[in-house]
Amino acid sequence: VEAVLAAAEEQEAEKRRSITVEKELELEYDLGNLLAVDRNPPSAAALRGAGPRREALLQALARDNTQLLVSRLWELPAERAGGAGGPLVAQLPEPTFRLPREKPPPKPRPPTRWEQFARLKGIRRKKKTSLVWDEPAKEWRRRWGYRRAGGDPSRAWLAEVPAGADPDEDQFARLRREKRERVARNELNRLRNLARAHRAGSAVPAAPLHPTGHQDRDELRRVARVARVSTASLGRFQPRLPKESAEPPSRSGGKKRRFEPLLGNLAAERSRQLELLRDMGSKKPVLDITRAVNKQMRQEEAEAAAANKGKKQSKRGKRGRRQQRPGRSGKKSGVRRQPQQQKPAGGGSGG
Amino acid sequence: MDALDRVVKPKTKRAKRFLEKREPKLNENTKNAMLIKGGNANLTVTEVLKDIYAVKKPFAVLYKRKNITRPFEDQTSLEFFSKKSDCSLFLFGSHNKKRPNNLIIGSRMFDHHVLDMIELGIEKFVSLKDIKNSKCPEGTKPMLIFAGDMFDVNEEYRRLKSLFVDFFRGPTVPSIRLAGLEYVLHFTAVDGKIYMRSYKVLLKKSGCKIPRIELEEMGPSLDLVMRRTHLASDDLYKLSLKQPKGLKPKKKKNISHDVFGTTYGRIHMQKQDLSKLQTRKMKGLKKRPAEKSAEDGGATPKKSKSA
Repeated sequence: VEAVLAAAEEQEAEKRRSITVEKELELEYDLGNLLAVDRNPPSAAALRGAGPRREALLQALARDNTQLLVSRLWELPAERAGGAGGPLVAQLPEPTFRLPREKPPPKPRPPTRWEQFARLKGIRRKKKTSLVWDEPAKEWRRRWGYRRAGGDPSRAWLAEVPAGADPDEDQFARLRREKRERVARNELNRLRNLARAHRAGSAVPAAPLHPTGHQDRDELRRVARVARVSTASLGRFQPRLPKESAEPPSRSGGKKRRFEPLLGNLAAERSRQLELLRDMGSKKPVLDITRAVNKQMRQEEAEAAAANKGKKQSKRGKRGRRQQRPGRSGKKSGVRRQPQQQKPAGGGSGG
Repeated sequence: MDALDRVVKPKTKRAKRFLEKREPKLNENTKNAMLIKGGNANLTVTEVLKDIYAVKKPFAVLYKRKNITRPFEDQTSLEFFSKKSDCSLFLFGSHNKKRPNNLIIGSRMFDHHVLDMIELGIEKFVSLKDIKNSKCPEGTKPMLIFAGDMFDVNEEYRRLKSLFVDFFRGPTVPSIRLAGLEYVLHFTAVDGKIYMRSYKVLLKKSGCKIPRIELEEMGPSLDLVMRRTHLASDDLYKLSLKQPKGLKPKKKKNISHDVFGTTYGRIHMQKQDLSKLQTRKMKGLKKRPAEKSAEDGGATPKKSKSA
């Protein structure tokens, strides 16, 4: 009897041997993705060899790993799909290998004006039936849409004149006009809600605060300003770069005028008053006419260029524009030479 | 509900379905891949792209024309393509003297901005056509196996592993037919090189339930060497990995399991008035009418009716 048992055990072991694989380190499995990772360092020396031996080695390695993975997969709870004769189907677990998403998760949109009001008042949606009983047609019809319950509104042949209305008014025209107005108002409200949601979303842009490499200068400046102000002291003691502007950015963006205090720096007030007297007494004009004229001319030229840009750019082409420039600058430099000589020391505040 | 939140609403149901397929969702679609040829793609690179297209068949787009772009310098054209075709993986093949047989494998996230790009050089390539074996049907979900400790030690190799998994994964399915496990892709990282081999799996009888595996080489086999990389910064990568809360499996509260496998549940009750509990009626313990009146007379004097 013992011999028989031993022989049976031998046979079992023999069978098992064909599917067992010896490995130093266990593989890591992610069965949801049908993935297996083998951490054992492969024999580098053997694999460095030439073609067919390497292929054979790689195939042997692959066979072992696949055997392990398939054994794991066949151990999963399986059932016969589609009755007794159907294929054997295993339930896969959730994939555990973390992979980056394709798009950011969807953000819930902010509630519309009506939704806010309804929440405030506690108004809830009444569930409506999809079909309504239509008495004249004696059947169930849709609430709105194709073949609706109240008959086709465009074929209404009777329009009652309401009590206080003008008898000469065209009632059909009035109904049509009112419908158009209602549709327009609806569309306007929808666009307003969209704009409100968009504005609320862009007030706190979370994604652009991460550098993507595609931001332009203004965006970067805005992001840098947000980052500076987001300290406990609202950015007052943050160190600055050598070329950055020194004063803190005003919250109103420079719209309000700022005045000097009344009883402040006496020395500064004195020097300002003396300068004013000096300018009033001097014979030279405060306004430098040549510079003013130059500035005006330059402005007009710029405007003319901007106006002609759309029309004449194709005509003149690159070469035409390149030839134009030395001529232009010659004219400018010629005019400018005059004020360089007469430039007064302290005048020309307006320039 | 992004399709209905646009300024110009879609006018047909088909347009609405198209937009809904592309908007960000909780459970995302399978990632599509676009296979692009560069300005100077040679025969090898074209063959590689065609073979990989065959492997990834319904979820890949192969562009026929050559596109003269340089992905490492300028990513805008790639992003434009990805926006148009709604693909989030790409494979760009090119060839020049400095980088012969070049293949750039890349992935992206967040509104079609490039996340990771890794440039691989193809040293040896054996195509599907060259190996005369029977192939498995297209669209089979492949098994992926990574061998070699380089895939965990080196950061670039780790990203490459995740790129390969993302690329060749196929759709996520809840259950799989066990006899249909036919295709396996095996990646070995040794000595600075990555060997990718594809095998067809033959399930042979073994004594017990689990079959014995025999492999037959089929399909494209590539020898790759890593060249340049353009990996996304760590925090951007972490942001892309973040899953929304809705996807986490809901924990069932008040259920616990024992070591022996017994399931325990907890029930929370309000405070009970124990004197009014309905217990089992034992007829023998019922109060006889004489006893009852004696108790009542002593304990609760009834109000006498006024005459």
